[in-house]
Formats: sequence, C-alpha cells, structure tokens
Amino acid sequence: MKERLILVGNGMAGMRTLEELLAIAPDQYDITVFGAEPHGNYNRILLSPVLAGEKTVEQIMLNDLDWYAERGITLHAGKAVIRLNRARRQVIAADGTVAPYDWLLLATGSDPIILPVPGNDLPGVITFRDIKDVQAMLDAACAGRKHAVVIGGGLLGLEAANGLMKQGMEVTVVHLLDVLMERQLDTEAAALLRTSLEERGLRFLMGAQTVAILGEERVKGVRFKDGLEIPADLVVMAVGIRPNIQLAKAAGIHCERGVVVNDTMQTYDPRIYAVGECVQHRGQTYGLVAPLWEQARVCANHLAHFGISRYRGSVTSTKLKVTGIDVFSAGEFGGGPGCDEIVLRDRARGVYKKLVVRDNRVRGAVLYGDTIDGSWYFQLLREKTDIGAFRESILFGQAHLGDAGHGGGNNVLAMPDEAEICGCNGVCKGVIVKAITAQKLFTLEEVRAHTKASASCGSCTGLVEQLLAATVGDYSKTSREKPLCACTEHSHDQVRKVIREQHLTSLRAVFDFMEWKTPDGCHSCRPAINFYLIAAWPGEARDDAQSRFINERVHANIQKDGTYSVVPRMWGGLTSPKELRAIADVADKFQIPTVKVTGGQRIDLLGVKKEDLPKVWADLNAAGMVSGHAYGKSLRTVKTCVGSEWCRFGTQDSTGLGVKLEKMTWGSWTPHKFKMAVSGCPRNCAEATIKDFGVVCVDSGYELHVGGNGGIKLRGTDLLCKVATEEEAMEYCGAFMQLYREEARYLERTAPWLERVGLAYVRQRIVEDGEGRKALHQRFLASQQYAQIDPWAERASGRVDAHEFQPLRRVG
Amino acid sequence: MYDWHEIGALDDVPRLGSRVVHTPHGGVAIFRTADDRIFALRDRCPHKGGPLSQGIVHGHRITCPLHNWVLELESGQAVAPDVGCATRYPVRVENGRLWLGLNDVVSLAAVT
Repeated sequence: MKERLILVGNGMAGMRTLEELLAIAPDQYDITVFGAEPHGNYNRILLSPVLAGEKTVEQIMLNDLDWYAERGITLHAGKAVIRLNRARRQVIAADGTVAPYDWLLLATGSDPIILPVPGNDLPGVITFRDIKDVQAMLDAACAGRKHAVVIGGGLLGLEAANGLMKQGMEVTVVHLLDVLMERQLDTEAAALLRTSLEERGLRFLMGAQTVAILGEERVKGVRFKDGLEIPADLVVMAVGIRPNIQLAKAAGIHCERGVVVNDTMQTYDPRIYAVGECVQHRGQTYGLVAPLWEQARVCANHLAHFGISRYRGSVTSTKLKVTGIDVFSAGEFGGGPGCDEIVLRDRARGVYKKLVVRDNRVRGAVLYGDTIDGSWYFQLLREKTDIGAFRESILFGQAHLGDAGHGGGNNVLAMPDEAEICGCNGVCKGVIVKAITAQKLFTLEEVRAHTKASASCGSCTGLVEQLLAATVGDYSKTSREKPLCACTEHSHDQVRKVIREQHLTSLRAVFDFMEWKTPDGCHSCRPAINFYLIAAWPGEARDDAQSRFINERVHANIQKDGTYSVVPRMWGGLTSPKELRAIADVADKFQIPTVKVTGGQRIDLLGVKKEDLPKVWADLNAAGMVSGHAYGKSLRTVKTCVGSEWCRFGTQDSTGLGVKLEKMTWGSWTPHKFKMAVSGCPRNCAEATIKDFGVVCVDSGYELHVGGNGGIKLRGTDLLCKVATEEEAMEYCGAFMQLYREEARYLERTAPWLERVGLAYVRQRIVEDGEGRKALHQRFLASQQYAQIDPWAERASGRVDAHEFQPLRRVG
Repeated sequence: MYDWHEIGALDDVPRLGSRVVHTPHGGVAIFRTADDRIFALRDRCPHKGGPLSQGIVHGHRITCPLHNWVLELESGQAVAPDVGCATRYPVRVENGRLWLGLNDVVSLAAVT
C-alpha cells in the first residue's frame, strides 16, 4: 500500500509542492488535500486584476476540480482542518472528517492582520486576502456604496484601493506612516507614487492612526486619533499579514513567528513538512511568491525521498500591479554603511531610479516610472556581478550596453502583438503572451520549451522575462543557483567542485555520485560534464565521444544539409604555396562546392560529404596541415598582422608571436570557443581587442587584453596588464586560458565569465599572484601533452572512430 | 509485410551512438542505447531535416544536432511541446546480428 500524504492548505505553495512532487515521483503517495476555501487552487497574486475588472475568477484558476480528479487526489474543498493528532497521525476537520497520514505537509499560509479597534467586526469591514473578499468588494461597489476606506498604504492596500476606484468608488487610503509602501520604497519614489495615484483620484490620509470603526448595523465611518472622522461604506484592512500557525502551534510543533523549518522544509516533527507563508526559515518569513516556488521544489525533493536539495533563503523583488504605474523594488534599497547610491531623477518624465551599490556590486534597487531594467538589475544583484565596467552608464539600462537584443529600449508592454521578440526563432509578442496564458506557463524555461522564444542565442531573455512578469504577475526568478539541466538539482559549479574533490573521472561516476535523475544524462549535461572531467583530470579521465556534440565527435562542422566543413590550421594565419596547392587539389578531387576565407584568417572548405572526411584529411595531412579546430569549444585561431617584419609601423614581430601562441595552445579544450589575435602596433589591424585573449604590441613591450568577443553582444577587451617580453606574454596567456578552463561554466565565453567574476579577480590571479600564475601555466602545459594530438591524422589512419565515417550498410 | 535485411553486428553500433543504413528511400538511422536496446528511425528530423544519426543519444531519446529537437526513439514522436514524428522502422537482434525490416513497397521500389 502506498504511503499517505496529506496537504493542509489548498493554496499556491502547497499545490506547487504537489506538482513538483508528481513530476518527480508520480506514484509514491496517496494524496489528500484539505482547503478551507470552496474552490480549486487559484493564483492569489492575480486577485488585484480581478478586483480591477481586468481578469475574471476563471482566468486565475490554476488547478480546477478536474485536475485533482485526474491525478487521483482526494480534495476536501471548504473543509478547514481544526486539529492535528500527531500521536495517531491524523488530521481532524471542522465537519468531523478524520484522515490518517504517514506524511503531512502544512501550507496554511497567512492571515490578514485585523486592527484591534472597536467596530472591527461590523459588516462592511473586510480584508483583502481571498476570492470571498474580492467578491465582497465587488458587491459593495455594485450596491452603489460610495465611500471606501483602505487602511494600509502598502502593496496590497494600494492594489485594493486602485481596484475599488476602478469599480467606481471614492477611495481614501489611510496610512500610519508618511511613506507609502515603506517596505519597498524610499521617500522619493513613494512621493512620486503618491502624486501619480492622487492624479488618478485616490485620496490619502498620511500619518493617521485609526482608533475606531463607526456604525451600528453596518460600517458608517472611521475615526482617527486626532479626532477626525470620515464616512465609510466599506473598510478594507490591508495592514499586513501574519503567518497562520494556530494549527501547528496547538499540536505542539515548534513555532516562532511562523512554523520553524530547516533547510529541507521539515518542521520539528520529522513526519511534518511546511511550505509557504506560514513558514519561518532561518529567521525569515516570506510573503511573496518567488520564494514559495523554491521552497516547493526543495520540499518535493525530500518528500520524494531524493534528499539532495536544500533551501537557503531567497532574495526577493517586488512589483506593484497597478496598471500604468511601474514600480520595482529589490534587495537592500535603503542602503547602509559603506553603500553608495546611484540616482537618476527626472520629475517631468516621472522617472526615478536608484541603485544601492557596495564594493561595485548591486545591493538594492528602487525604480519608478521606468522599470524595464528591473529584471536586469535584479539579476546583477542575485549574481553579485562586478559592475565596475559599466557603472557609469548602468542607470541608462541594459539597452545602453547594446545587449538587450531587438529594441530592448522600448517598453515591451507597449509593443504590438506582431512585434518580433525572438529574432532567432521568429517568435512574436502575441504568440508568447498567448502561450503563457493558454498553457499556464510560469518560468522562462517553460516559455522556451513551448514557444522557442529566447531558446537559441538568448539575447531576448530580458524581454521574455518582462512579458512573463507582465502577463502572470510577479514571478520573478529568485536567487537559487540554476541547475545544470533538468537531469539534476546541482549547478555547474557544484558539479565541478564534486568532480575535483571526489576525484571523479567518468560520467558514470558523476551520475552515480550526484544521483542524476536520468540514466545517462541528456544533450545538455553530457558535453558539460565531459569537459569538466577532461579539464580536471587530463590524461586520466577518458574523453567520451558519445558525449560530444557531433562537430567535436567527427572534427568538422555540420552544415544545414548534413554535409561538413573543413578548416585546416594555418599557424598565425601564415600559409604557403605548397599548402594552397594542396587545398586546391583537395577541393578539386572531392568536388568541394564552396571555398571561403574565414574571419579568423583561415580557409574553409564547405560541403564535404561525411564519408570523404578521412580522405580529405589524409591529403591535407600529407601537405603538413593539421586540424584547425574550427568546430570545437577549443582554441580556434590566432589572428595576426604582419608586424615588424614587413610593416613600416610594426613595433614587434606580431606574426612570430602569433605562431608561437598558436603552437602552444592548439588542441586545448575550453568551456566555449577561444579566439586570439596579435597586433604589431596600437593601430590594431588584427582586431586583438575583441578577442578572448589579445596582444597589442607597443614599442616597450606587449599589452595583454582579455575578455572580448564579436558575436551577439559585442564586447571590447579589458586591459589585463603590460609585459616586457614574449616569454611573459606566453606565460600569461597559458595561465589565463587555464584559469578560464578551470573556473568558467561550460558554454560561458570569456566575456560573460569575466563580467561575472570581475576583472579585479582575474588580475589578482594572473598578474598579482606570480606563483599562482606560474602554477596555472604549468597545469596548462601539462594538460596540453594529452591534447596536442592531431585528431585528423588519427582518423585518416582509419584506426580511430572509423565507424563514424562509414554507413553501416547499403540496402537495395 | 516486411522484408528483413541483415545490416551488421550489434557491436558495429557504439553504445549511446548511431550508424546509418542507406536504403532506396534514404538514410535510416540505427540507434543503440545504454541498455543495448536497438531502434531505427528515418534519418531526418521532422523539424528541418537534420540527420538524427549525428545527434546525442540519451535514455531512449535522441537530440537532433541541428536545433536540439528531442525525439522518442520508440515512437519517433518529438518530445512535447514540439510536435512532429520521424518514421519508425522495425529492427531486431538475433545472435548478435542486426536485422532491419523494410516495407514491401520500399523493397519493390528497390527492385524496379
């Protein structure tokens, strides 16, 4: 018989946990759900749009009654649980229903705080928490009641006030403090918000303490401490929420402000887990949705007895859902010791932006009027990105960096439905919004899977996230490190760490040790792990051909028609009549349709049939040429100018140094492709300042530049340092490549890696720590002895991977 | 009815790998999974015609090398939310030898 799991609380946190659980262990439990409200599960965040008349109740249902039935889940809707009997493992509902459990999940949420003032129980005094409250507000508006008083000028209060105003009531917002939304906004942004809401017709009473609700049969007015009385036909209390812990507390489970849980979401009773707003974790309680999502995932993992996931708390961001008013807030927006504030204030445009920065890291943000970059700032905050490189222009937004893709400077909400969001896959705004609503998508990954938007180059990710936030509410991502792929909970960095610390040398060992959810991984994790293994244990870990993308498996570039392209190596871009003749002969002999010069100063033979590859390579090998690795996450090319040997401006032998660098680094595998260039003078004809590693020669030595690339997001290099000799340039190059190989995530180019860890860090490791640099360089050279074997010669010999190049059989 | 053709030995196909059989109707990709199951699909991704035989095999699935569509080897169906299907061919292993079943029509076409 299956074990019995009971969920108390049919809200978003509990149901999300069940969904996560069903996804990883669909048949583990007999599941019963108790909910006090008489519906299925709905999206509580969207109650504000329902009140404002922008959405209907049906549109915000997440799990209707059929959903429970289809999954064999027993739902007791409208039955409040009043008691737990932990000794007998039973829950007892108000109607006398008794249900036994083996495991219990508490998701009792929170209760709105009711002010302890006379008259707080009069008809017409309500809170803003569930569908029933919204219905009461809509009824009051329909019944022609005129005056609404909302007590509480926080997020919820303002959304309620806005909704009531839209329903035609005259609304006064009463707030105890002088600053609206003081938990999220500073004085400046709060003042702008207040002005804007007043222009829409809301009235505010600031610094007003409510002492009594007036009325006999029904509410008639509100009295304040200074004696002022105002009329009221409806009073909405939105002064805060309090975790609902009565049930747990009465059962003797340890509670403080909330039900206390550990990092696995387990309460002090090991049979009982808790998630959501009723929970207190590491001293924190949460009232926003994003942390609940993370808690749900962790809790499901443990309910499924996987036991490999921890919740470490969340950094949260907030948006006000009042149509037409854009407010965003995240992190420590108030600042503190050692913090700087970067502020942009434009009263006429109604724009205010403030970033709180410490040690060149974003710690908090408040945006008013223009929140388009909210998700970007939040990402910088979560990932603790070093913003030194673009600090001076950071307030102008991501579009100013030339990065946000297609029209990132426009407000995505203002775009027409046919506006193209994803240029790679041709996905329009309307298609994305429709998919989000129709398929009930919540995460970026889901939108990618269903629409392909932002699934290719990723430059439109910011826009898609904004669409997601605008369409479904505040589903901001949180601070969790992203899992490597759907096969695991572990992140890239965790996998690398374990490979090093546990001395794992095979994919199988990684899958077993880290409890992979799939038998042999997928196309995302296998190539990544294979790289991490050979980078950590060169010569020891076996390179697994079946975990390589086809290009690296057959050492050529697959083209759209299934043919391949072949690029022979030309050291530093130098070639000779003999090599050119051999290339011409090969092109003739194998009827290669296209011959093209590449951006990296090489010659590309396009349209080679797979069966011909070994023969083409044999001929090129015979003329002394080897693989150019134009297909790999590896060293690609070293581009050079002619330098002092010929050029009248040249200061050093750039061609010679380029050849030496290429001889040293060819064949090495890297997290992503790695390009180099050497220019002989500051005119920089080899374009060294958009390469992963670039050298610009000057009269007195060599400037070393790092972290540049062309591509989707053009990035110029940062100057790493200047050195005096070629030998030093070589050593710094090897050390930099090795640091990148050891620490960057798979498919992360040097540019985003450098922005993530900061130039200061790389300088410290490569420039300041001389011993460390030498050690890195030595490790690089050590791994090169296993890497510098020409893959073409091996395969042309017919002794390696012959099966790759021949059909199994011809039939008919 | 199928015409059965002997196409090689089980060990001619690497684990988690694939080989191609050329037929009059185009390439057929033969896949071998980690648990030594053998599957055969037409060597054309339903998305943009990518050669499935060049993809990465994982579980009982194949990822196309061109745009990362994932297909079920058993059914040839694309994994949701993508929609599409690659033609399946029957294949069996007898005493370590592989046999591929081709439709009568295909065989006839081969003769004529």
